[in-house]
Amino acid sequence: MIEEAALQFDVTTAIDIILMIFLLISALAIVVMRHLFSIAMVSGVYSLLSAAFFVNLDAVDVAFTEAAVGAGMSTILILGALLLTSRREKITPNRSAFIPLIVVVVTGAALFYATFDMPNFADPNSPANTDVGLQYIQRNYDDIGVPNIVTSVLASYRGFDTLGETLVVFAAGLSVLVLLGVSSAGRLTGREDET
Amino acid sequence: MNHHLVLRVVTKILVPVILLFGLYVQFHGDYGPGGGFQAGVIFAAGIILYGLVFGLDAAKQVAPPLIVQRLMAFGVLLYAGVGVVTLALGENYLDYDILHPDLEHHTGQHYGILAVELGVGITVATVMMLLFYGFAGRNFDIKDEDW
Repeated sequence: MIEEAALQFDVTTAIDIILMIFLLISALAIVVMRHLFSIAMVSGVYSLLSAAFFVNLDAVDVAFTEAAVGAGMSTILILGALLLTSRREKITPNRSAFIPLIVVVVTGAALFYATFDMPNFADPNSPANTDVGLQYIQRNYDDIGVPNIVTSVLASYRGFDTLGETLVVFAAGLSVLVLLGVSSAGRLTGREDET
Repeated sequence: MNHHLVLRVVTKILVPVILLFGLYVQFHGDYGPGGGFQAGVIFAAGIILYGLVFGLDAAKQVAPPLIVQRLMAFGVLLYAGVGVVTLALGENYLDYDILHPDLEHHTGQHYGILAVELGVGITVATVMMLLFYGFAGRNFDIKDEDW
């Protein structure tokens, strides 16, 4: 039994490491590449890899969202924005990369330093697992009776929060409507004159 | 993309499956992973895929912008309306227990969550479609070699 658990742990860790390497490769590729279409595609790949990573952490709901929004919707919106600009990133004249490098290294070191304070993954004594999270898990079946605790927290325990989130989404849609406008007839005209 | 035969055929097969899967995620959110947010995006992705392959006008025929705009507000109103109903029945705002007398099986909670998630799903799906219409509507179709 213990051996089985140890084996399972090793497999998940191995998958984590492989996914991390892929994430790193795609992030580096985004930095190096100049062709904007390829960059949009690789950032989609990046999101999809993150989604796989979340599945490995048993956060299926988050993975779902990441795959649908990050890999699907954002890529399409970036492509839509890409149509309005040129296909290639302009090559900026050679400036010193010294200050940006310092900023990145310092920020990265600070983030690394902060991870030492974080609880280990699936630590039963971590604040997230002892305080309110434990309450939800213990009371969910008596209070709500919905098997998926994520749904009962989202829609019932924290119904107000979710109402606010829905309003934010609505406001985003409204501002797009006001700023860009959506004609019901078809495409906007005007670009044709230029050609 | 009129000449991409493979894309057109595959899209025709895939779109109904994507829409059906969106509905499954929507109404199965109580029991499995997913819920209104995810279902809305998946459902919108089906329509957007259709629009990408068959053109914006075809997508606008399937989901007319005027209806999409109204549904966007309807989703929020449905969510907030459930709260008003529970308030009118004499409970706290968004306290679903009052919606059904069967407290043992939490039927009221099930009804409330279902309605609220449907509101979220409708708003998210329509906003995503509207974003697509807003961005894609600003361009003419571009040639393959322009990519």
